[in-house]
Amino acid sequence: MAGSGRGRGRAAFTFDIEAIGFTKGAALPDVVCKPPPPFPSTDNKPVPLKTGEDEDYMLALKQDLRGTMKKMPYFLAVEEDREAIERYSKKYQDSEKEHATWTPDWRRLPREMKPKKKTKKAGAKPKKAKSSEPKSNLDVLKKIEELEKKDDEEEKSEDEKDKTKDKEGEDDEEAEEPEEYDEEEHEEENDYISSYFEDGDDFGAGSDDNMDEATY
Amino acid sequence: MTQAEIKLCSLLLQEHFGEIVEKIGTYLIRTGTQPLRMIISDTGLLLDQVKKALCVLIQHNLVTYQLQKRGFVEYEAQCKRVLRILRYPRYIYTAKTLYNDTGELIVEELLLNGKMTMSAVVRKVADRLTETMEDGKTMDYADVSNTFVRLADTHFVQRCPLVPETPESPDAPPPPAPTLVINEKDMYVVPRLNLVGKGKRRRSCDEEENGEHKAKKQKQDGESSEPPPDDGIYWQVNIDRFHQHFRDQGIVSAVANRMDQIFRSLPAGYNIVKQVLDQYLTLLADDPLEFVGKSGDSGGGMYTVNLHKALASLATATLESIVEERFGSRCARIFRLLLRKKHLEQKQVEDFAMIPAKEAKDMLYKMLSENFVSLQEIPKTPDHAPSRTFYLYTVNVLSSARMLLHRCYKSVANLMERRQYETKENKRLLEKSQRVEAILASMQATGAEDAQLQEIEEMITAPERQQLETLKRNVNKIDASENQVDETIFVLESFIESTVKKP
Repeated sequence: MAGSGRGRGRAAFTFDIEAIGFTKGAALPDVVCKPPPPFPSTDNKPVPLKTGEDEDYMLALKQDLRGTMKKMPYFLAVEEDREAIERYSKKYQDSEKEHATWTPDWRRLPREMKPKKKTKKAGAKPKKAKSSEPKSNLDVLKKIEELEKKDDEEEKSEDEKDKTKDKEGEDDEEAEEPEEYDEEEHEEENDYISSYFEDGDDFGAGSDDNMDEATY
Repeated sequence: MTQAEIKLCSLLLQEHFGEIVEKIGTYLIRTGTQPLRMIISDTGLLLDQVKKALCVLIQHNLVTYQLQKRGFVEYEAQCKRVLRILRYPRYIYTAKTLYNDTGELIVEELLLNGKMTMSAVVRKVADRLTETMEDGKTMDYADVSNTFVRLADTHFVQRCPLVPETPESPDAPPPPAPTLVINEKDMYVVPRLNLVGKGKRRRSCDEEENGEHKAKKQKQDGESSEPPPDDGIYWQVNIDRFHQHFRDQGIVSAVANRMDQIFRSLPAGYNIVKQVLDQYLTLLADDPLEFVGKSGDSGGGMYTVNLHKALASLATATLESIVEERFGSRCARIFRLLLRKKHLEQKQVEDFAMIPAKEAKDMLYKMLSENFVSLQEIPKTPDHAPSRTFYLYTVNVLSSARMLLHRCYKSVANLMERRQYETKENKRLLEKSQRVEAILASMQATGAEDAQLQEIEEMITAPERQQLETLKRNVNKIDASENQVDETIFVLESFIESTVKKP
C-alpha cells in the first residue's frame, strides 16, 4: 500500500497532498512547536478611530457617566484604611456624598432584603408600652403569652434554618417582634442561643460579700 | 456564558458599582440562580453587604428574583443586561438627537437610577436644566412632563412591573417576595399627574428667599415625605426600543450608501411624484442586497423591508471589512468569493480569485487558523479515505459572527483593563492635579491675585503636565475604542439574535 511505510526516511501522508495544494516535493511549512506569541507584529495596522461630533459627544458622555456613577449612593466601595495624615486639601474636595444612603422601595423587594432594625429591648419596650396603652389588661396577658410562644418557635426555627428555607408562617414571625433575637442569631450565625446562658447571681459584683474570710 | 462575557460583566460592574456589587454579580452570573444564603456562604461577604448589593442590582434591573414554590426566593443575574452598560452613552445620545436636552437628561437619570417614578424624574431633570440656564430663568415642570410623555408614547421608556394590589386580609401572612406583574396595555400609560412647579437651583441664596418664603419652602420639602401621587409606578428605559432604532438607522444608512446618487437627488420632503417613487421602489426591490421585497401586484404592489436579510448583510459587511483590515485586500477577495460561491475547492479558489497558488494557499490557511473559513469534507467513498475526499472551503457566516462577537467581548475587556491600568499607574499624579485644581478654584472664588494663581499652577511641573496630557489622550482613545467596538457588538448581536428567534 502506498504510504504505509516510511519511504526513504520521509514521512508520507495518508491522503493525496495535492488536494490541499502542495505540489509534490515542495517544502512543507515549518511545524508549529509552541503557541503563537501573545503580541504578534501586525503588517496591517488597525484602522484609525471614527472621529466627529457624535463620537466626541459620546466620549464625553461616557466619561461623565463613569464619574457620576462613582458618586451615586449605588456605588458600594470597600472601606479603605484611613489616611495616615489628615490632609488640608481634603476640606476642598468632595468628601461626603450628599445622599449617602438610598432606601429602595421595600414593597418591590423580597422581605429578606430589608435589614432588620437593631432595636434592642430598649426599642421594643416603648413599642410595647405604646401598643398596650389602649388595650386592657387581658390583652397584655395575651400578648405576653404570645411572645413566649414565639420565643419557643424562634429557637426551633433556628435549627431548621440550615436545612430548608423557612415556610411562610415562620418567615412571617421572624420578621415581626421580637426582632432583637432574630438580629443576633441570624447575624452571628453561631450555635449559642443567648437565652440558654443566664448569668448566675454570683457572676460579677455578687461575690464581694464574704471577702473577710480567707479563701483556701 | 462564555468566559469573555463573564470577565467583561465583572469589569463593568466593578467600574460602575464597586467591588462588593461586582463580586456578587459575578458570582450569580457564574453559578446561575441562587438563594440568599448560598450567596452569603459562597462569596464570604457579610449579610449586610450582600443585601445592599442585591438591592442595588435589582434596582438597576441587573438581577431578578423569583419566589420558588417551597417558599424561598432565588436570585438570577441578567448577563446580557449587564453588557448593555457599555451602550449607555449611545442611548443617551440618541435621546438627545430625538428629544433634545430634556429627553437626554430624562434618559440619563433613568439609566443612572435604574427605576424612578415620573414625578421624581421630572423634578430632578427640571432642577438640572435650571442649573444650566441663565440667572433668573427656571425650567417648568410642564415642559419636562411633556417630553416624558412623548418618550412614553414612542415607547422609549416603559413602566416597570407593578406590585399586585392584593386584597389584604389581615390573617393571611404576606408572601416572602412580591410577584410583580405588568399588563401589556398598561406598559406605556402615563399616570395623570398634576405636576406644577419649576426647577430649583442648588445654590442657597435665591433671589426669592426671604423670611416667609423660606417657611413655605420648608413646607414644600416636608411635603416630599408624603407619598407622591404616582407612588409605586416606576419607569425604566426600554432598551429594546432603542435597539430597534439603531437597527433601523443602520439599515437606512446602508441603503443610503448604496443608492448614493439617487438619494442626493431626492427632494427633502415626502412630496415625491408617484412615478418617481415607483421607480425607486423597483430599484430597491431588484437590488441584489434584497433589503426590500415586493410581494404581489395588487394595489400597485406590496413592498416590505426584509429585516432578516438586512441584518445578515450588515453582519456580512462587517465580517468582510474585518477580514480586509486584518489580512489584507487579497484575503478579502478570497473571502468575498467564498461568500458568493459558498463552497470551493483549493484549485477553484486560485482560479476564480486570480491569485497565484502559493499565496492563495497561504491566505486560506491563515484564515482557516483564525476560524474565518472552515473546511467541509465530502467523501467520495464510504470509508472516508482522505485521498478520495473532497475538501471544500466555505464560510459559515453565523459561526464566524459568533466567533467575532466573542472576540469583541474580549477586546472590550482588554481595553478596559488597559485603561484602568493606565489610570492606576498615574494615580498619584492625577490626585495631585485634582488637588491643585481644587485649590485654584477656591482661591479664585475668594479672589486671589494672578501671581498667586500662577504660583499654584506651577506646582505641576512641565514634564508632569506632559505626562497628564499623554494620559488623557490615551484614556480618550481607549474610551472611544470601547464605544466603537460596542457598535460592532450591536451589529453582530442583532444578526445572531435574528437567526435564533423563530419569525
